[in-house]
Amino acid sequence: MTAWHLAVDRDRCMGTGICAGTAPALFRLDGRHSAPVNDSIDPDESALDAADSCPAAAITVTARETVIGPRP
Amino acid sequence: MERTAPVHYPFNRTDGLDLACPYREARGTPGLTRVRMNHGDAAWLATRYEDVRFVLGDRRFSRAAALTHDEPRQSDGRRSAGILAMDPPEHTRLRTLVAKAFTVRQVERLRPQVRALAGELLDAMEETGQPADLVEDYALPIPVFVICQLLGVPAADRPQFRVWSDSLLSTSPMTAGEFTAVRGELRDYMAGLVAEHRRAPQDDLMTALVNARDQDDRLSEEELIDLCVAVLVAGHETTATQLPNFVLTLLRHPDQLARLRSDPEAVPAAVEELMRFVPLGAGASAARYATEDVEVGGTLVLAGEPVLVSIGSANHDGGRFEDADRLDVARADTHHLGFGHGVHHCLGAPLARLELQEGLAALLARFPGLRLAGEIVWKDELLVRGPRSLPIGW
Repeated sequence: MTAWHLAVDRDRCMGTGICAGTAPALFRLDGRHSAPVNDSIDPDESALDAADSCPAAAITVTARETVIGPRP
Repeated sequence: MERTAPVHYPFNRTDGLDLACPYREARGTPGLTRVRMNHGDAAWLATRYEDVRFVLGDRRFSRAAALTHDEPRQSDGRRSAGILAMDPPEHTRLRTLVAKAFTVRQVERLRPQVRALAGELLDAMEETGQPADLVEDYALPIPVFVICQLLGVPAADRPQFRVWSDSLLSTSPMTAGEFTAVRGELRDYMAGLVAEHRRAPQDDLMTALVNARDQDDRLSEEELIDLCVAVLVAGHETTATQLPNFVLTLLRHPDQLARLRSDPEAVPAAVEELMRFVPLGAGASAARYATEDVEVGGTLVLAGEPVLVSIGSANHDGGRFEDADRLDVARADTHHLGFGHGVHHCLGAPLARLELQEGLAALLARFPGLRLAGEIVWKDELLVRGPRSLPIGW
C-alpha cells in the first residue's frame, strides 16, 4: 500500500478546526493552527474530505509525489 | 453533581448590540451556567473562550442528537434540520459538496464584481438623495445578489424569499405549524428551481449539486433542496445584518472610525475586530448534546445533556483578549470565534469577509460625512440582532 503524505500550510491555516473535527485521527489543533497527527498515513478518504473542506485550502494530500487532495 | 436552578435565557436585549451583564459574571464563575430557554431541555451554557472552542471542536458533542431530544429553543417551532443538525460523517458528505465553492481562492475571484456592485448601489443612493436606508439600499442587496448568482437563484425573486428567510430566522410569535408552513413554501420554491436547473444546466452551484445527485448519487433529493435553502438563507441574512451593525458600531466609536478612514488598508483587520466585538446573536442556539460524560470548564456534563455556547461572550473573554470590551480596529490578535469553530465553522466565512470588507471600504470612501439620519428600527427576531432599518445621511 502506498503511503499518503499530509501537509498543512501554516501561513494559510486559519485555525477553523474543520479538519480536526472532520478527521480527528488525522489532524489536531496545535495552538492556533492545525497540524497532521502523522505526516505519513495509510490511504484514508477522510484526509481528502478534510482537504476539500478547508476554506483556506491549507491542506495538501500527496501520494507518490502527486497531489491527490484537495480534489479538483 | 449539584444542579442549581436554571436561569432564564437568552440574556441579551434585541434592541441594541450590547453584550448583557450576566455573561461577565458567568465567565468569572467556575463551571458552566445552568440555563433554560422558553422551550426544551434545561442546558449548560459555556461563556469562556476556551470552553466554547472546546465544545465546538470536540466530536463528543453532537448536533445530530438534538433531533432526538427536546432541543432548547426560543419558540415552539422545531428549527433543527439540514446540515446544521448533522454530525460527521453525514455532515462531511454534504459539506464537501459545497465547500469548494466557498474557499478563499474561489471567493477571491468575486472581489472585483462585489466592489463594482457596491459602487453601483452607492451611485443609486446618491441619485435618490438623503436619507437612505443602509439596510434596504446597501447591506441587503450586496449579499443577496452575490449568493443568488453563485447558487443560481433569480435575484428578482428577492422580495419573495426575503419574507420566507425573515420568518425562518424569526422567533417572534410563530407557531410550530406556521414555521413548518413557511419552510414548506421555501422548499417548494427551491424544488422548482432545482427542476429548472435539471432541465437547463447552468454554470452555478445548484447545477453542481444536481450533478452530484443525478450522476454520482452523493445526496438525496431532500438533502439537495435543503442544502440550497440553507445556502440561500445563511448566504445573505447574516452579512446583511452585520454590515449595518459594523457601521453603527463605528459611528459610535468615532476615534476608531477616524483611524480606519486614515488607513483604508486596515479594513480587513477592522472587519475581523468588528466580527469579534459585535455579538450578532441574541443568545446561543444550536445546542450540542454530550454523547458521553465530558468535563467542560470545571463542570461534568453528563451524557445526554445539552450545552449551549455563547460566541458573543467568548469573544469578549478578558482571559483571551486584552482589554476585550474595547474596540480596537488595529488589534493584532483577531483569532475570534465569530464564524464559529469546528466542523460547523461558517461555510461562507470567506465570502462574508469579502462582502464585509468591500461593503465597508466603499461606503467609508464615498461618504466622508457618513452619519445617522433618523431612528433605528431594530429587528425583533431573537436569532440575529441588528437594525431592520438604519437611516443614514452624508
